[in-house]
Amino acid sequence: MNIIESAGLGKRYGRTWALRDCTLAIPGGHVVALVGPNGAGKTTLLSMAVGLTTPTAGVISVLGGDPAGSPDALDRIAFVAQDAPLYGNLPAADMLHLARNLNRRWDQQYAEARLRDLGIPLGRKIGKLSGGQQAQLSLTIALARRPDLLVLDEPLAMLDPVARDDFMASVQKAVAEDGISVVLSSHVLAELERMANYLIVLSHGQVQVAGDVGDLLAGHRMLTGPAAETVGLPASMRVVQRRLAGPQSHLLIRTARPAGPAPAGWQSRGVGLEELVLAYLRESGAGAMPGLAEVQAGTRTEVQA
Amino acid sequence: MSTPTTRPQGPATPPAAARAILEGPQTASAPGASAPTARRRPVPWTRLAWVTWRQHRFMLAGVATLLGVMGLYLLYMGLKIHHAYASMVSCSPGRSAHCQQLANAFAQYWGGGRGSVVQAGGAQEVSVLLLVFPVLIGVFAGAPVLARELETGTFRFAWTQGSGRLRWTIAKLVLLAAAVTAAAGAFSALFSWYYQPFLAVGRTYEFLPIVFNLSGVDFAAWTLAAFAISAFAGAVIRRTVPAMAASLAAWTVLLVTTMLVLRPHYEAPLISKHSFPGATAWVLNAAVSPTGNGPVTYQPGSRFWAFQFIEGGWLLVLALLLGAATIWLVRRRAA
Repeated sequence: MNIIESAGLGKRYGRTWALRDCTLAIPGGHVVALVGPNGAGKTTLLSMAVGLTTPTAGVISVLGGDPAGSPDALDRIAFVAQDAPLYGNLPAADMLHLARNLNRRWDQQYAEARLRDLGIPLGRKIGKLSGGQQAQLSLTIALARRPDLLVLDEPLAMLDPVARDDFMASVQKAVAEDGISVVLSSHVLAELERMANYLIVLSHGQVQVAGDVGDLLAGHRMLTGPAAETVGLPASMRVVQRRLAGPQSHLLIRTARPAGPAPAGWQSRGVGLEELVLAYLRESGAGAMPGLAEVQAGTRTEVQA
Repeated sequence: MSTPTTRPQGPATPPAAARAILEGPQTASAPGASAPTARRRPVPWTRLAWVTWRQHRFMLAGVATLLGVMGLYLLYMGLKIHHAYASMVSCSPGRSAHCQQLANAFAQYWGGGRGSVVQAGGAQEVSVLLLVFPVLIGVFAGAPVLARELETGTFRFAWTQGSGRLRWTIAKLVLLAAAVTAAAGAFSALFSWYYQPFLAVGRTYEFLPIVFNLSGVDFAAWTLAAFAISAFAGAVIRRTVPAMAASLAAWTVLLVTTMLVLRPHYEAPLISKHSFPGATAWVLNAAVSPTGNGPVTYQPGSRFWAFQFIEGGWLLVLALLLGAATIWLVRRRAA
């Protein structure tokens, strides 16, 4: 079951396309990191997935075919928007009561126990809670809905390092215990790298990378060799980024799996997720959107089937 | 804890088991399993009614306080007025000094002239004050419903819950509109009772714009219109205070236009060539002196209820259209 599937999805605000030609098929059971610089279209994509925004072009469905925003979809997706907006004038307990009355599925005991464990006083008004506590309250409400898919938009942006760590631990615990799928966005990959096993990179409103983290790492190599030499690459390898550092030249290449031997005179090594993402973000023009489709054609069709 | 909800059966239930209970067997997460085809029963309206009450209870309490305090005042003064009226009417002989005294005592309650509102209880001044109540209530009740959610961003919470934004919006608009309209209707019934002796003695007449606006169905209808305008403005402007200001202006323009331009022509006016048409008639060409020779254009007092229902009717239609437009905006709203 794909948790999010889109075809030709686009959203235009005025004359600017916030997101364009977005075709995705995100399989379930993953923790999906949606990464991209500010203004890349992350919030737009997530807003359409949870039914807050209607697409200008294309279609998007969730959880195995329900149209985004349909009653069935809303029932099974919990969304925590950026800055975790809740009613600041309500005490936390009333906020739980409110959420309970707005949902068919609700686990009050779980919510209360979780807030107790976190030391968040039920009687205190939300506006008087710290940023970290508000984020945790939002997450608690989302999890108490017992969703199949949890969508978090920039959940860490407003949190201090300790609160970030606590928050991510909470998400990880929920994933481990309940086996839900999670999509979370950030403009800082490092925040998500630890737990994400599926990666989507957005840049300038377009999807640049989408795939299983393991596949992505296995499908890329860093070649290092003399700068003067041009390298004759086999047909199965494509240069994503070429970087010169003194006498040396670094090539990030996409390759078939398993990667063949490096060309003579070149050293080959694996890449880290962060340098891979950075390379794609820097080469947004050159990347020119075949993304991984060409190299991993097999993977792609398999995912879309 | 009183609301019945789906939840696991005991505190010790592990989450995985809870999920099985909550979801039932049909959504077992086998890869490729399609979504359950059975239509889910939506979140009940009673639960949305609780949400509406919890989020708007301070506003509703404010409306209740305003109308309650003013209502108690009308009740207190009304009893005195009715008593004075009864004493005056039953007094005989009418020309005696005692009866004159009673008539003066009754006239005191009308106010105007020298006595202040508090001193004389002036019904005239009170009724002018009440003219702004519909817009006051409607704007404070209507504008925040959507504008506050949109300006604070909480709509991103409210509209992504299981109930869905459509039911959420309908529940809030319908319940709040019904509440303020019913309160206004009850209040204007009280006002009509309070005011009745002055109509009986011919101090004033029902068609007088001020009286017309406060009695019958008009007061409630203008309250409903103010609410609908404000809710719509809130959805369009997306900020509470500007939406309130815009609604106040729009409502006032609509009211003045109605009183000056529309209301005189709900039915074709009658023309009296010689005599003054009577104390209950609404004379339209006020420039012509009643004692003069020119013809007098007027609406007879017998048309009062017809005019009330015409005005109440189109205001209701306007409110329904604005409500539908508001819901349409919410459905289409891009976040």
